[in-house]
Amino acid sequence: MTSEILQGLLKAITLILSRDPTLIEITLRSLAVSGLATLLASLWSLPFGVLVGLGKFRGRSILRSLFNALLGLPTVTLGLLLYLVFSRSGPMGSLHILYTPAAIVLGQALLVTPIMVSFLANALEAVDPEIKSLALTLGASETRARLTVLSESLDGVFLAVTASFNRAIAELGVALMIGGNIKGVTRILTTFIALETGRGEIALSIAFAFVLLAMVTAVNLSINLVKGRL
Amino acid sequence: MYRNRPIISVTILVIVVAAGSVYILQSQAMMGRRRLIVSTTTSLYDTGILDEIEEAFEAKNKIDLYFISVGTGLAITHAKRGDADMILVHSPPRELAFLEEGYGVCRKIIAYNFFSIVGPVGDPAGIRDMSPVEALKKLTEVGRAGRAVWVSRGDDSGTHSKEKELWTTAGFDSPSLSEEDWYREAGTGMGKTLQIAEEFEAYTLTDMGTYLKYKKDGLISFEVLVGAGKELINVYSAIAVNPEENRDTNFKDAIVFIRYLISEEGQANFGSFGVDSYGTALFNPAIDILKTSSDPTTADWIEEAAYFNGSECPEEYRAGQADLY
Repeated sequence: MTSEILQGLLKAITLILSRDPTLIEITLRSLAVSGLATLLASLWSLPFGVLVGLGKFRGRSILRSLFNALLGLPTVTLGLLLYLVFSRSGPMGSLHILYTPAAIVLGQALLVTPIMVSFLANALEAVDPEIKSLALTLGASETRARLTVLSESLDGVFLAVTASFNRAIAELGVALMIGGNIKGVTRILTTFIALETGRGEIALSIAFAFVLLAMVTAVNLSINLVKGRL
Repeated sequence: MYRNRPIISVTILVIVVAAGSVYILQSQAMMGRRRLIVSTTTSLYDTGILDEIEEAFEAKNKIDLYFISVGTGLAITHAKRGDADMILVHSPPRELAFLEEGYGVCRKIIAYNFFSIVGPVGDPAGIRDMSPVEALKKLTEVGRAGRAVWVSRGDDSGTHSKEKELWTTAGFDSPSLSEEDWYREAGTGMGKTLQIAEEFEAYTLTDMGTYLKYKKDGLISFEVLVGAGKELINVYSAIAVNPEENRDTNFKDAIVFIRYLISEEGQANFGSFGVDSYGTALFNPAIDILKTSSDPTTADWIEEAAYFNGSECPEEYRAGQADLY
């Protein structure tokens, strides 16, 4: 076992040093797809997370539990549901987005929505409620007071976003079902690893797994760096 | 101003990520080429032969081949739902159903090879060189005595269909066999199934492509115990999706690709792929054998296994492409 992992590591280094075009293409595509998915998910998940985390309305705790439960949704199930939606004979088949990178972006954005909402809501709930009342007492509007709480829990926001990105770039089920792992079009790191494992190319699979890990680490480090400068 | 710094930084970051990503995906998209979605069986795709065919075909045509590699079962489902323009599969009974239900047209047999029953080097059940049916009977007997294990694909793939067919011929019913201790269902791809079988020192049915690849890379030590023969022939076909059933389908390009597969150049790919790595071709071209009398025995086997009413594609399913036949 160790020898295979070492072989994989060596292979990863060789591929990187030789600027293997497949490696570069697939890695860039993975980053682009999952990056866009995270941004897209932020559009609706961050406002919604604030609403769930700070709002006071009936059914809030049910909503919280629901989003926590959705964290456990198998990616392949979400992929299958989306396949049925985007399939040519499905309700949104006329859009023709099945087997395109756009489909994976949308699918991953939906996949990470519960993570972003739950993590954010959790972080906001952890902020001392006194801060919000203080802001309100000092004459802030409700929205302004919520923004104050949000800036107090900036760490939580960053965690929600980075955890979402990590989940997106590491998932396989959605990309496989609605991307189709088409060479040069929708083949990303995880689908490539799954394919090559099936083909028995163990060293190559492990090499790409190392690249995936390295990419995720690099992205997380840079986000932390940005956060530290804020 | 200072107060707004985080907002400005985050906004810039977001714009950069978004612009960069869109640029990357955009630049990778192929412009001005038509796309042909081909849902294909894994046993064909995983060998890598389609990568070679794709390269040669795309250099000559303004068509991008989009291969989706799935089991024969899912490939047919894709095609029925209109998500593939054509399929490459290896399960004649299901292909016939696909034609009869009106989903498929212009079926062409493109290649063949053989399934094999593989097992531990020592062959504890003693099935070497038996006929497949005798071998399965023997395995059942020894298995029930607790001295052999069978691993089934159990995933509704073309190979699994073949396996079920063989059990039926041998007089057993595979669903009820799966209740028995010595018969285990892997529910996964061929490579993984071989590794599981190896772990249990069990027997299994495999396609040659995956077996040779795993054997050569030292991932398994299994030997072929029951090989080439009439019952174990594995016939691959290409079928276009019926344009009358699905108006969106890219029928025109599907026919272009089928014509390429049966052309001399397309067929040569099947005859040569794998020779360098494995010392033997993983597939055999089928067109010549069926057209000429170069190998009447194999031609008979193919016809018996994969012809419907004496033809690879009965006339009513030819969709006006009579010259293909």
